[in-house]
Amino acid sequence: MPIPIPTVSQKNKTIEISGLNFFYGKTQSLTNVSLDIHEKQVTAFIGPSGCGKSTLLRTLNRMYDLYPGQRAEGSIMYRGRNILDPGQDVNMLRAKVGMVFQKPTPFPMSVYDNIAFGVRLYEDLSKGEMDERVEWALKKAALWGEVKDKLTKSGLSLSGGQQQRLCIARGVAVKPDVLLLDEPTSALDPISTAKVEELISELKQDYTITIVTHNMQQAARCSDYTAYMYLGELVEFGETDQIFMNPARKETQDYITGRFG
Amino acid sequence: MNPVYRKRLLVHRVGIALSVFAMSIGLIFLLWILTTLLIKGVDGLSLFLFTADTPAPGSDGGGLRNAILGSLMMVGLSTAVSTPIGILAGIYLAEYGEGNWFAQVTRFVTDIMLSAPSIVIGLFVYALYVAKVNHFSGYAGSIALSLIAVPVVVRTTDNMLRLVPNSLLEAAFALGAPRWKVATMVRLRAVKAGVITGVLLALARIAGETAPLLFTALNNQFFSANMNAPMANLPVVIYQFAMSPYDNWRELAWAGALIVTFTVLLLNILSRTVFSQKTPN
Repeated sequence: MPIPIPTVSQKNKTIEISGLNFFYGKTQSLTNVSLDIHEKQVTAFIGPSGCGKSTLLRTLNRMYDLYPGQRAEGSIMYRGRNILDPGQDVNMLRAKVGMVFQKPTPFPMSVYDNIAFGVRLYEDLSKGEMDERVEWALKKAALWGEVKDKLTKSGLSLSGGQQQRLCIARGVAVKPDVLLLDEPTSALDPISTAKVEELISELKQDYTITIVTHNMQQAARCSDYTAYMYLGELVEFGETDQIFMNPARKETQDYITGRFG
Repeated sequence: MNPVYRKRLLVHRVGIALSVFAMSIGLIFLLWILTTLLIKGVDGLSLFLFTADTPAPGSDGGGLRNAILGSLMMVGLSTAVSTPIGILAGIYLAEYGEGNWFAQVTRFVTDIMLSAPSIVIGLFVYALYVAKVNHFSGYAGSIALSLIAVPVVVRTTDNMLRLVPNSLLEAAFALGAPRWKVATMVRLRAVKAGVITGVLLALARIAGETAPLLFTALNNQFFSANMNAPMANLPVVIYQFAMSPYDNWRELAWAGALIVTFTVLLLNILSRTVFSQKTPN
């Protein structure tokens, strides 16, 4: 019996987006976007400001639901369901599709409780199990060594880079399937950025990761797939190597080489 | 020197001078009041203040025990009632206040209540409660004080909660937290210090109110912890004793004013120092 050779195209799709349109009130900001996000791979969204890459990311956990007047049409299949369905339980969705934001957003509580907050929402753990989970998450985010002696200190007392890794740890602690990273390093210095990037390649072993970035090198370094977007449309989507080395579209090439953007 | 820079420097100095002048006017009157209170009130300060009750006309000595207890009980009950109501209403306004007519009306009424003359509130409770049950009481006083405290707490809670950046709320929602948990555990916590300050400011405000108590709690010459009966309280005792012909009464009024003022001052300082913490970024 022939052994099937796994190729990239055969990798499992975690999320399938098709025909996605997005509206802020009457303004359309995404037009007919279709792409697949593959399991345990890093997918990067790049493009100039206002191209809709953050908007696309925010449809994946229905974050836009918080704001009346924003709506999405089309389908985003995740685990056999269209998450845009009105019947979708958004809290359950967000527990599975975690998000880390551009600016660090530690909660006004201790480092420990910052991590435990999300876990307590869906799991009933004993003190010992929770201690283990907090340590595990902080180790995953490469922060344990720096904060293990100040778990009871306020999350706000950490440095900017540490706060961002705390937010990543918080997202990882609830054991989601997918992690959405919205320009996670744009507010960080180069050293913290390098740490977060290392972390991304580490986390990809267990999670499907989607990252929005303004930093072309970052997309090239960290991602397996890249989507180039412009004016709310998906211009080109493919394996990162191919997009960066041999883009099919001239617009993509212009953007990547810095002639436009 | 560069003429543009010299002109800028001049404007800067004039601005600083005007600000210092404006600040000192406020400060001078505050210090004037405080020193006068200290000088006149310190004579009346003694242990009897806390152990003896208000004296009968013509009798010597006396203290303020009944008035202090009455004030503590009424202000305490009002704070206990108005804090939860005010904070919950503030959360409601901040969470559902956009484009909701009921919330808009609530906010409007709260603003009016904030600036309503306190004597009107006293008369309102008189007409609605005192006149119906046919006697003055500590409860009636507490109702009037609560009506003054609630809008203060609502307004500060609402204002504070609106300072919490959307990004922090989104971060909590992104973990799959339901709205009530985000509102109480993240949003309210982020501005805990500000909300406590609001409660203390409301407490400070009602601790010195005289007018609403004149028509509700009235006064009581004797020691009484019964809130369903007329109740002694510091502001009304100060008001009556300050205008009396007896020296010991006037001395007690000064001492009472000293106690009230410094308690309020202490509460303000407390709310600004002990509870001040880093605001969320």
